[in-house]
Amino acid sequence: MLLDNNRRNPSGILPSEITPQEMFEQRRQLLKVAGVAAMSVLFPTHLQAAQTLDFQKTAYGKEEKLTSFEDVTGYNNYYEFGTGKEDPARESTLFKPSPWAIKIEGAVKQAKTISLEQLMKLAPLEERIYRMRCVEAWSMVIPWLGLPLKALIDWAQPTGNAKYIEFVSYNDPRHMPGARIPVLDWPYIEGLRMDEAMQPLTILAVGLYGKVLPNQNGAPVRLVVPWKYGFKGAKAISTIRFVEHMPNTTWMKASPREYGFYANVNPSVDHPRWTQSSEKRIGAGLFAGRIKTRMFNGYDEVGQLYAGMDLKKYF
Amino acid sequence: MLTLHRLSLKKPTVLIRLLKAMIWFGASLPILRLVILGVTENLGANPIEFIERSTGTWALVFLLLSLIITPLRHLTGQPWLIAVRRLLGLWMFAYACLHLTSYVWLDYQFDWPDIAKDIFKHPYVLVGASAFLLTLPLAATSNEKAIRMLRQRWKSLHMLVYLIGVLALLHYWWLVKKDVTEPVIYSIVFAMLMFARWRPGINKASS
Repeated sequence: MLLDNNRRNPSGILPSEITPQEMFEQRRQLLKVAGVAAMSVLFPTHLQAAQTLDFQKTAYGKEEKLTSFEDVTGYNNYYEFGTGKEDPARESTLFKPSPWAIKIEGAVKQAKTISLEQLMKLAPLEERIYRMRCVEAWSMVIPWLGLPLKALIDWAQPTGNAKYIEFVSYNDPRHMPGARIPVLDWPYIEGLRMDEAMQPLTILAVGLYGKVLPNQNGAPVRLVVPWKYGFKGAKAISTIRFVEHMPNTTWMKASPREYGFYANVNPSVDHPRWTQSSEKRIGAGLFAGRIKTRMFNGYDEVGQLYAGMDLKKYF
Repeated sequence: MLTLHRLSLKKPTVLIRLLKAMIWFGASLPILRLVILGVTENLGANPIEFIERSTGTWALVFLLLSLIITPLRHLTGQPWLIAVRRLLGLWMFAYACLHLTSYVWLDYQFDWPDIAKDIFKHPYVLVGASAFLLTLPLAATSNEKAIRMLRQRWKSLHMLVYLIGVLALLHYWWLVKKDVTEPVIYSIVFAMLMFARWRPGINKASS
């Protein structure tokens, strides 16, 4: 009998046991709704971050394959929210990036403050698809939305004494659990030489993937310098200070042997821990291997900024 | 005390078998987990690093587990526990092999010149590679025949596990960028296990 049954119906499942398609799809729909509801409870900022921005497309990185939104927003180095790569997405939900204003001080005609709204009106928002090379030898391709830092510098009117710019990140141990632990010397400080800051590639990003910048990526405004290692990109910038002398940045203070002020992507200057001649592209899969790292992360046009400099010494 | 231990040496075979089966089962779970996560594409944004970290961590865990046996034996007066120590050590070796494989295959795609550069330029990789090399003679002599052949020298040879432990911990410390919480925890456990071996007066008599 068993044999007989199997011959007619190899799976041995009675037709009456099969779920009708409509019911099956209804269940899927229900699961989806439940899933979205659960997500919005667990990750309330996912909904806030959905706010889209108006921007102009540019030719930067047109040929690049973008890293997925999930990886760009789920694999972050942002020690104010924890040292694990998944910590920032999880721990930054309580952080409120608005209202926001940046203090402009130091060697400027007049110290002043600029609100995020004002800042976003200084120049049209542009989409810049940039490669991002982390000092830990992995990389991504991210469609940033932002404006040239130069627009803000022009507005700030620095004096002749301004040789460098210092970026100070927001530091709020109450809403930034990682900032309660002295892994680094808080607040996070980064810096650029004036000509690096004026370089057209250097932007202040306020969004990615067409939307407002998620908290874990440095909301509401962060620095993006695509020819330098990722840690140069100060997040949640609260103060911009024009200074005469080279700023002592956070990672330089943490380990001067490992992290230099310039931190230009350079395959021929090795880090004591990581090979810098090749990198793993995030999202490429288990068997994709490594790709060769390019000088200045492939942004050759910045080479002239360092003409005559020994980049092995000034790493 | 010592003679008492010797006298009570009767192998509870069933218990040993059960314990070994449990170790086999438990030790294969992390591999199963990696396979499931890999097939379902749930290894995160950097799957290669995930596998390298996971297999490396488990190699260290099994090294520490194998070091628990001797103090546990003395503490409980159950000398037969020695029967599972070799199995734990071999699982450490298995995870160390997987760790190395994920490094040369997934991470470096068998690019030997780049691997050589990575090993000799970066102290943490060099230390890790040395630790692995040192596990080879231990794994090769983890059988009855070798024990019989080497006799007293077997014991001295297998003291290498302490050095491997130190190198593995150093490998971990140097790999971490800034947050050393986890290496600290493993180092404390290692230090405690070493301390538990130190028994003034009688540490020469038995081990």
